[in-house]
Amino acid sequence: MALCTECEAEIVLEDTTEVGEIIQCPDCGMDLEVISVDPPEVAPAPEEEEDWGE
Amino acid sequence: MKIGVLCSLVRKEEKLLFDAFRSRGLEFIRIDDRELILDLHQRQWDLDVILERCINHSRALHTLRYFADCGVKTVNTYEVANTCGDKLLTTLALIRDKIPTPPVLVAHTPESALQAIERLGYPVVLKPAVGSWGRLLSKVNDREAAEAILEHKETLGSYHHSIFYIQKYVEKHGRDIRSFVVGDETICAIYRTSPHWITNTARGGVATNCPVTREVNEISVRAAKAVGGGVVAIDLFETPDGLMVNEVNYTMEFRNSIDTTGVDIPAKVVDYVTHVARG
Repeated sequence: MALCTECEAEIVLEDTTEVGEIIQCPDCGMDLEVISVDPPEVAPAPEEEEDWGE
Repeated sequence: MKIGVLCSLVRKEEKLLFDAFRSRGLEFIRIDDRELILDLHQRQWDLDVILERCINHSRALHTLRYFADCGVKTVNTYEVANTCGDKLLTTLALIRDKIPTPPVLVAHTPESALQAIERLGYPVVLKPAVGSWGRLLSKVNDREAAEAILEHKETLGSYHHSIFYIQKYVEKHGRDIRSFVVGDETICAIYRTSPHWITNTARGGVATNCPVTREVNEISVRAAKAVGGGVVAIDLFETPDGLMVNEVNYTMEFRNSIDTTGVDIPAKVVDYVTHVARG
């Protein structure tokens, strides 16, 4: 189980979660990047950059 | 078949693409552009094809160019990314192929930009030449707004924001069309509806199915070919004179368009990637 880097809420990853996916902390709403699924680990999501897009 | 997927953050689209590869029994390696070190002297890569899904345009450009020079096929190509990533180059490609697109003027100083805006006539839309998701678009309705926005762009922005891409505003009556082209086919399309003049789904536009008429298919495929082909999403305006191409996107997002259209977009993309690899 991972902990939110902002509020330390427990984050449970779904089976289908991918490394690199952005999830939201269910408690504080912080955007978190999944940096490992086994063991679960999250980090603050990167800030949007000027050349992001499709 | 050895497939690479170039990406960093995993959006819903990348998850769906990963699932589509796996459901076909196709293995792939993820190449994270944040971790990648491009050794420009290394030319050997044991890959048949790379699907580019970068969220950063600049990283996509450099990495696609590098892999192309190494002889690795890519979807999309460097040329497509370069053209679609710059609205000026996209518009030039569309004009070259005689594809209807709104009038555009480009200027490089606030003074000439103001002249260009007044030459086009209000309202106009100022867009960053490089940018996406409807960010930093300005609908300019009068001279006072033009002067203020141009001053802000020059003072607060990087040099990119002093490349003034000025498009004649097209009244779209609350909606536009986003079509999806894979290879030679428009696989599906959606209407993007919003009470706001910016209808991007990333900005709250609502997606509903748009039938792929002969006109939608023809202009979409022509626009895709104009920018170099591959897997692209075309933004279309409906006008009294027919459809017009607004923009072309080369790392298309489609999460809102699968259920809406009933078309398995990631499956179509993966099949195209394998087709390119075998080609």
